[in-house]
Amino acid sequence: MNSSLRPLHFKPLNGVRIVVWSAFALILLLLPAIFNSSFAMTLLCFTGIATIACLSYNMLLGQTGMLSFGHAVYTGLGSFVAVHAMNQIVAGWYLPMWLVPLVGGFAGLFFGVLFGYVTTRKSGTPFAMITLGIGELVFAAALMFPGFFGGEAGINSNRTAGKDMWVNFGLSFGPQIQVYYLIAIYVFFCTVAMYAFTLTPLGRIANAVRDNPERAEFVGYDTRLVRFLVLMASSFFAGIAGGLSSLNIEAANAELLHAVRSGGYLLFVFLGGAIFFFGPILGAVLLVFSFFLLSEFTKAWQLYIGIVFLIMVIYAPGGFSSLIMLNLRRVKYGEWRKMRWPYFWMFLFGLIALWGFASLVEMAYQIQVAAGSGSQLTVMKIPLDAASSSSWIIATIVLIAGGIAFEYWRRKFAKVWSDGEERIADAIKKAEAAIV
Amino acid sequence: MSMLNGLSYGLLLFMLSAGLTLIFSMMGVLNFAHASFYMLGAYFAYQTSSWSNYWVGFLIAPVLVALLGGLFERYMLRKTHKFGHVAELLLTFGLSFVILELVQLIWGRTSVDYSIPTSMQAPLFKLYDSTFQTYRGFMMLVAVLMLISLYLLLKKTRIGLVIQAALTHPDTTEALGHNVPRVFAYVFAGGCGLAALAGVIGGNAFITEPGMAQSVGAIIFVVVVVGGMGSLGGALIASILIGLMQTFAVGLDWSIVGGAQSLGIDTTSETPGYSLWKLKLSQIAPILPYLLLVLMLIVRPKGIMGTRDE
Repeated sequence: MNSSLRPLHFKPLNGVRIVVWSAFALILLLLPAIFNSSFAMTLLCFTGIATIACLSYNMLLGQTGMLSFGHAVYTGLGSFVAVHAMNQIVAGWYLPMWLVPLVGGFAGLFFGVLFGYVTTRKSGTPFAMITLGIGELVFAAALMFPGFFGGEAGINSNRTAGKDMWVNFGLSFGPQIQVYYLIAIYVFFCTVAMYAFTLTPLGRIANAVRDNPERAEFVGYDTRLVRFLVLMASSFFAGIAGGLSSLNIEAANAELLHAVRSGGYLLFVFLGGAIFFFGPILGAVLLVFSFFLLSEFTKAWQLYIGIVFLIMVIYAPGGFSSLIMLNLRRVKYGEWRKMRWPYFWMFLFGLIALWGFASLVEMAYQIQVAAGSGSQLTVMKIPLDAASSSSWIIATIVLIAGGIAFEYWRRKFAKVWSDGEERIADAIKKAEAAIV
Repeated sequence: MSMLNGLSYGLLLFMLSAGLTLIFSMMGVLNFAHASFYMLGAYFAYQTSSWSNYWVGFLIAPVLVALLGGLFERYMLRKTHKFGHVAELLLTFGLSFVILELVQLIWGRTSVDYSIPTSMQAPLFKLYDSTFQTYRGFMMLVAVLMLISLYLLLKKTRIGLVIQAALTHPDTTEALGHNVPRVFAYVFAGGCGLAALAGVIGGNAFITEPGMAQSVGAIIFVVVVVGGMGSLGGALIASILIGLMQTFAVGLDWSIVGGAQSLGIDTTSETPGYSLWKLKLSQIAPILPYLLLVLMLIVRPKGIMGTRDE
């Protein structure tokens, strides 16, 4: 019997899903118990917000194939409207503080309808250019209306203002832990909603519009309307992320709308992986990690991120999540064992070459950017002196030697990898033949 | 006078968007890093002119940048070609990121002192009370010469013929024995060289700093969309339009409140939407190109000279 002829039953609540989502909820619940310092708490809150923002961005990029350079418009404007709503609560509005993110969401939706009407007229590359233009437009306009956007300084607010209202369940939102759990609840429900969205007919047609717009049009779907609807949904969730950020930092400023932020969403969603649903979550973790930890560690972090991005675009366009999935596939077919040593040597020499490269970059930064603090520095615990030529020579030699060894093992690895790929393809063919 | 300044700015925009349009119409690749090559041109010219003089930089910088562009095409862009245009766009986006960081790494985060050669600082002529600098005239001359030679190259020579053929019928051109990927690499390099030339003559007329790529990058995208994707003539019209618009707007203090006052209607800060009506034209000058973009998309989505509407 052919397996493809089995009737499909739609079972939204199957065993695997219940396990996965319960585990997700449990992780969100238990994270503060593990990471309980105040710095870790801050990072967790930012990660939660970035998760919603990145997932909403992936509704455009991964699901519908719309490359947007202006996603910060929706998160940022959501933030501003939310911060004004908070100030209205301070002034006496009877609105529960925990609904502020939803206010941001509806603001995002409103601007999604407004700008999306124009941007979704085009797709592909022109769409990307137009979203960039809209992003610049909104950012420049924000500085023109200091009344609403607060000029350079931005607008501040206070999240504890609604503490005496019974609608807040006695929560003041003063302690960071309360804000974390609010964010966690929003993250959970938004993630569920966005996952459910991928299963709706609209979500499926969005995939069709991504893969073959002509055909989708020919079958009778209005591709422009599909893009518009997806953009609206995406901007709603982006607005929620913006609203949560207002609640979290109790402020909003024009930086939130800047093109750098939009570019950041694109970069990290891509690094996380736009193909799989969980890719953007990985991207959000990377985003917070880079902005808060890597930037402490090195001044040149943006250069490293940029180079990693270039390498990923060329060699792994599915991002880190696709790398994980490809390796899991190897494990499943028992191929992973053959790749252990090539992997090990490749990583070892890769790290050595990286040390050489990082040393060169860090020494250059030490001279150019941080000249005031002397020429001494350490790269991964190894002391260097940017003023002495021996440090430069050593770093260069390490880079070249490590690079050559790395390239040697990379070629071996590539061979093992493609051999394994053939064997897996054979195994799949055999399994299919057995079923028939 | 604003007219001439606007014209020279518009021609500079055209030099940038010409390369971008050429690359786009040929390879379907939107070179997000185009403005970064413009910035590299300015910095290379600054570096060479600090070692020798301006004219050496004027000649060497575009060639160097064209070489870099060609290498990038050959060793990176061509590898992503199989993943489609979005991957190519992402690659150039990543490149713009890396170039920006490298520029900051080598030349620092503040602006560098890349100045106009003294021989061209003198005013060329005076009109009413304002003077027109010789250098501005030189900029216009270079841009017009480039425009003419680009036109002649594309329309009157054998190389141009092959490029045009590769543009419309890549397979047939390949079958006739031309190396189409190599033609692409040359076009990409040429486009980057044009951007660098614009950087060489624009970097000292305006300011050479790490932010220069971002400030001009979004504008040239507007030019390309407004002019019609892939149309050189449209790009010329759109760049001059935007150049003139921005230069004129900066000099004008008109606002709707002022206009209403001259009609005898008094508005105060109590009037609804006052913060919008009181904005002066000079204040909204930075967003005018984007407003034009939005307007164009609503009225004529294919752009001024666009032929295809997808």
